Amino acid sequence: MAKSIDVSDLDIYYGDFLAVEGVTIPIAARSVTAFIGPSGCGKSTFLRSLNRMHEVIRGARVDGKVLIDGQDLYADDMDPVNVRRLIGMVFQRPNPFPTMSIAENVLAGQRLNSKRMKKKEADDIVERSLRSAGLWNEVKDRLDRPGSGLSGGQQQRLCIARAIATQPEVLLMDEPCSALDPISTSIIEDLIHELKTDYTIVIVTHNMQQAARVSDTTAFFNLAGVGQPGRLIEHGDTSMMFSNPEDPATEAYIQGRFG
Amino acid sequence: MTSTLQTPRPESGASPIASSLRGRQLPRWVPPALTAAAVLLALVGVFGPVGAWLVLVGWCVAAVIPIWSLAVEGSRKAMDRLVTLLVSTAFAITLFPLGSILATVVSRGAPVLSSEFFTYSMRNIVGEGGGIYHALMGTLLITAAAAAISIPIGLFTAIYLIEYGDGTRLAGWIRFLVDVMTGIPSIVAGLFAYALFVIFFGPGVRMGVGGAVALSVLMIPVVVRSCEEMLKLVPNELREASYALGVPKWRTIVKVVLPTALAGIVTGVTLAIARVIGETAPLLVIAGLTDSVNFNLFDGRMATLPVFTYFSIIVPGVPPGPSIERAWGAALVLLIIVMLLNLAARLVSYFFSPKGER
Repeated sequence: MAKSIDVSDLDIYYGDFLAVEGVTIPIAARSVTAFIGPSGCGKSTFLRSLNRMHEVIRGARVDGKVLIDGQDLYADDMDPVNVRRLIGMVFQRPNPFPTMSIAENVLAGQRLNSKRMKKKEADDIVERSLRSAGLWNEVKDRLDRPGSGLSGGQQQRLCIARAIATQPEVLLMDEPCSALDPISTSIIEDLIHELKTDYTIVIVTHNMQQAARVSDTTAFFNLAGVGQPGRLIEHGDTSMMFSNPEDPATEAYIQGRFG
Repeated sequence: MTSTLQTPRPESGASPIASSLRGRQLPRWVPPALTAAAVLLALVGVFGPVGAWLVLVGWCVAAVIPIWSLAVEGSRKAMDRLVTLLVSTAFAITLFPLGSILATVVSRGAPVLSSEFFTYSMRNIVGEGGGIYHALMGTLLITAAAAAISIPIGLFTAIYLIEYGDGTRLAGWIRFLVDVMTGIPSIVAGLFAYALFVIFFGPGVRMGVGGAVALSVLMIPVVVRSCEEMLKLVPNELREASYALGVPKWRTIVKVVLPTALAGIVTGVTLAIARVIGETAPLLVIAGLTDSVNFNLFDGRMATLPVFTYFSIIVPGVPPGPSIERAWGAALVLLIIVMLLNLAARLVSYFFSPKGER
């Protein structure tokens, strides 16, 4: 498990609009990479292009290469559905399926694809995923209750459990803590620390302290102005980025002087 | 209206700011008392021996409230009370036909209902006796067939509009044509079905399934519209969550979108059925009327409740009394069916909507 990603010269378009331009970045396996930058700079768009989720929006397309283990995600014969099975995703707002129970939500990746499983196997997946997501002790007595009855932080951890139940190689997180209180946030940050031994994690965050706390590598995105494409300004070791960034814009952003 | 502003509070009573927040008010008993008097007068006018002009008197009594309020409370509150009066009047006017229809149909139809009425057809019946068994079965069969045609077509159209075609020109055209279809007069739908079946079976064709086709022409746009609205309500986040798990689009639709919208879809479909079950004109053209029970949708005339009611009134025979009584009974049964369908729709949406939604 856990694979590295190599992005080279990626342009992302919505229709004719160039949203993100010329991103080249290696993402190491079994590490946490954080994307920071002001709103609208294309961090989320770039993140979603890593598992071809941005294609859900009509007219979205990319130019360039995204290599995972040497395979181009955007090769003609690549099936986006298979790509997404390989690269899981957690969204900004917790989104458990309202028609499913907690256990069914965890198994959603298998159930929705009509994968046949023995009950024992299913129970094992539920327990293992919920344990990894740090939610098992809170919900083990009510696995058959609706997932939407949990608190926001619990729902988000349920979504993480759901994403890791299918055992992806990479886990993308799009501002997973922005809708959560500080306690839930710290639980999820601890969780990210544990998960990175098994998964390659890419996280978008607006919270600089969070990037500094959880990530090994940080990438700073910025845009020249409204209507201009977002660009990757620089990336590097998180401690280096936060102590001694090369670009003055990065330093200004990290110190809170703009954005 | 708040009593706290009316009663002076000792600590703030002297301050000029507090006094500017207060205003004169009608005595608290005035609006409810005048409203009650107006309602009472209207009820006596409708049901009592005096005459319907009392309703107008009652309305004038209620109209005193805004005028008095203008004199005492000022223009803003008077306008509030005036609009309240107008809205309540509109509500009462809307409710009146409903109450009147219910009262008339129940009072004239209820005595007719008996076990014979439900279990006998009109075959070889002259004068008293007989029943609506044949028409009841015809209505249920034709409506069920219409639903079987309309629900798949309507639901699939809605799925195309929301999940696949959203924003495309084709979807725009389909939406527009569905809207046009909503306005098709029901007799035109009947003529369409008749013309269609004449092509295959020759002139003078009468068939239950033709009625089902005519009804589905009327029902499809309603189903499309209600299903479309329900699918629109499914949050995009759920679709994305499903895609992100590597679930193909069709499975996402079948296993995430449709179950989430199920309660709304069933409610919408039930209301669409209730909407077409009482259609008369198209069935008059293509399904016709018969006195006998006919369970075969594909063979000959089929009686239905609305058409049965119509002919029982228009061609009552001699003596006319029993036939007209049966018409009221059939009308009451139809009304009960529609009400049960509406009730079922309510229950479905209450029990099957996803619980604990954000």
